[in-house]
Amino acid sequence: MLPLKIATRFLKSGKGQTALIVFGIAIAVSVQIFVGLLIIGLQLSLVNSTIGNQPQITIRPAGDNNTIKNWEIIVNQVRNVDGLDKISVTAAGNASVPDDNGILPILVQGFDFQSADRIYGISESIYQGKQIQSLKQVLIGRSLEEELEVEIGDKLPILTPDGGVNLFEIAGFYDLGIESINRSWVITNLVAAQRLFGYRDRVTEIIMTVDQDRLFDADRIAARIQQAVNSEDIEVTNWKDQNEELLSGLEGQSISSGVIQGVVLASVVVAISSVLSITVLQKSRQLGILKAMGITDRDASLIFVFQGLLIGLIGATVGIAMGLGLLYAFNTFTSSAEGTALIEIYIDYNFIIRSWVIAISSSTLAGLIPARRSLKLNPVDVIREG
Amino acid sequence: MITLELSGVNKIYSGAYQTQVLFDINLSFEAKTCSAIVGESGSGKSTLMNIMGILDTPTSGEVTIASNLVSRMNRKQMAEIRNRTIGFVFQFHYLLPEFTVLENVLIPHLIHNRSQSGQVLNRARNLLDIVGIAKLEKRLPTQISGGEQQRTAIARALMNNPSIILADEPTGNLDSVTTQNVCRLFGEIKKEFNTTFIVVTHDRTVASHTDRIVEVRDGRIISDKLNTKTVPETE
Ligand SMILES: Nc1ncnc2c1ncn2[C@@H]1O[C@H](COP(=O)(O)OP(=O)(O)OP(=O)(O)O)[C@@H](O)[C@H]1O
Ligand SMILES: [Mg+2]
Repeated sequence: MLPLKIATRFLKSGKGQTALIVFGIAIAVSVQIFVGLLIIGLQLSLVNSTIGNQPQITIRPAGDNNTIKNWEIIVNQVRNVDGLDKISVTAAGNASVPDDNGILPILVQGFDFQSADRIYGISESIYQGKQIQSLKQVLIGRSLEEELEVEIGDKLPILTPDGGVNLFEIAGFYDLGIESINRSWVITNLVAAQRLFGYRDRVTEIIMTVDQDRLFDADRIAARIQQAVNSEDIEVTNWKDQNEELLSGLEGQSISSGVIQGVVLASVVVAISSVLSITVLQKSRQLGILKAMGITDRDASLIFVFQGLLIGLIGATVGIAMGLGLLYAFNTFTSSAEGTALIEIYIDYNFIIRSWVIAISSSTLAGLIPARRSLKLNPVDVIREG
Repeated sequence: MITLELSGVNKIYSGAYQTQVLFDINLSFEAKTCSAIVGESGSGKSTLMNIMGILDTPTSGEVTIASNLVSRMNRKQMAEIRNRTIGFVFQFHYLLPEFTVLENVLIPHLIHNRSQSGQVLNRARNLLDIVGIAKLEKRLPTQISGGEQQRTAIARALMNNPSIILADEPTGNLDSVTTQNVCRLFGEIKKEFNTTFIVVTHDRTVASHTDRIVEVRDGRIISDKLNTKTVPETE
C-alpha cells in the first residue's frame, strides 16, 4: 500500500525527529501506565485489606427472626447465582467471659469449619495451638489471649445471656489481622454454638464471597440472591453497603487517575498532531509532486494517518515496557528489607491493553489534523517554487 | 484525433494586485504529435502548461482532455486523469528523495494499484534502460547527477503509458550534450509509445526537434506554425 510505504519512508527520512516524538509518546504512556497500575494496586490492596478475608455478601434474618430456618434450602437456592464464589454458614451469639476486673463481652462464632475456613482462612491464622477437634473446644484471638493471659489447654467459662455457664477448652490462638475480631470472636464449632444458644438446627448468617474480579459487582449479585430466595424472613447485605467511605475514597482515586491519564493522552495528541503538521510543511514538495502524479485526497491523507499510527504503535509499546520497568523499579526501591512491597503491584492486563489501544487510536486520530492540512496544499505552488 | 484542447482560456491571478496572465487561448493538440511552446520569461508558458495538466484551473474557458471536459470533473476524476492520461516532466526533477530511482519510477503505478507485479517491475526496469540509467536503479535521487535525475523523471512520466506527456523546461538545467540526448530520447519514445508531447522550452535546440512551434507573448499566442526544419515522421 503506497500511503503506508510513503509514511514509513517519511518517518525514516527524519530519524531524529521520529525518534524524539516516539520517545515523547513512550514517556507519556509510561507515566500513564505507571500511575494507573500504581493506583489500581493501591485500590486493590485497600479493598483486600478491608474485605479480602471476609464474606462480601451476608444473608441475615429479617423482621422478628433472630435465626434463619431452612438454611440448607437457601444455600441450595443461591449456590448457582452467577458471580458467587464461596458460601458458608455461622451460628453466632453474644456472650461474655470473666476476667480479673469483671466480664468481657465476646461473640461466639460457630462455624461450619470446612467451608468457613475457605472464607476467613482460620486454619492458617492459628499461630499457636491447634484447630478445634471437639464440640467442647474454642479458638480465641490474639487480643483476647493477651487480655485474659490464658494458655493452650486452659478452660474458658462462657456466660450466655440466659445465665448459663459452659466450660470450653482453649485449643488454639488465631490472628485474623483485624483488631476487633481478634478481641471479640471466640470461634467454635457450628453445632456447639447452636447448642450453646439453643438455636436448634438454625443459623444466624449465611456468608458468601464473590469471584475475585467481581468484587465491585457485589451489590448486583446481592440483589440477585435476594431475588432467588424471595423471602421476607431474610435480608441480603453486601460489603458496599457498609463501606461507603472506602468506596467514595476509591472513586476519588479513580477520578484523579483518570484526570492524569486524560492529560497525558491530550498531550500525546497535541504533540503528534503538531509534529506531523510540521511534516506537512517539510514534505510539501513531495506531496505536491505526488498530487501532480494523481494521488487521491484519501491516499494523501492516509500518509499522515499512517504516520500517526506507526508513531503511536511504537511509542505506546515502548511506553508500556517503560512503565512496567518503572513500576518494577519503584517496587524494588520501596520494598522493606524483608522484601514486603510498599504497594502490592497488580498487573491489570485489561488496563494495559486498554491504554495501548487508546494511545494508538488517539495518535492515529492526531494524524487527521495534518492530513486535513495536506489537502489544502496546491501542487502548482510547489511546482512553481523550484 | 485531438487529445487536448483549450478554448477561450483566460487566467487571472487575483491577489494584492490582479494580473491577467492568459488571454483567450485557443489551442488544440493532435494525438501523437510533438509540439513546443516557446516565449519569453513571464509570458505565461508554465501557467498554460499547468492548466493543460489540470494542476491549475482557468479563470474562464474550457479544457478538454481525451474527450473529457475538465470543468465537469470532481477532484478524484482529475487525480485519475493526472495519474493515467498525463505524464509530467518538470524543469526541476521533483523526484521523491526518500525513494530509490526504481521506486520513483514505480510510484505512478502504485498510486492506482495496491501492489506491483513482476511484469510491472519489468516495465519500470525497461523504461530505465530506455533512458539509459538501468544501472542506477538502487540509488537515491541525491546520489545521481542532474541529467540522470531528469532521465529518471522522464521514465517515471512514462510509467503509466500516458497518452500525453507535458514537459516544462525538461532540459532547463542540463548542458547542451545532455539536452541533445533528452531530445533524441523524446523522439524515440514518441515513436515507440505513440505519445503526444507538449514541451515548454527556452531552448532553440529542443524546439527544433518538434513538429510544431507555438509562440506565446504576454499571455497571447502570437504565432503557431509547423516546424519545417524537422523531417515529418511517418506514422
Ligand atoms: N500565483 C501568482 N500570482 C500572481 N502572478 C503570478 C502567479 N504565478 C505566476 N504569476 C505571473 O504570471 C506570469 C506568467 O508566469 P509563468 O510562470 O506562466 O511564466 P513563464 O512563461 O513560465 O516564465 P518562465 O519562462 O520564466 O518560466 C508572470 O508574470 C508571473 O509573475
Ligand atoms: Mg515557466
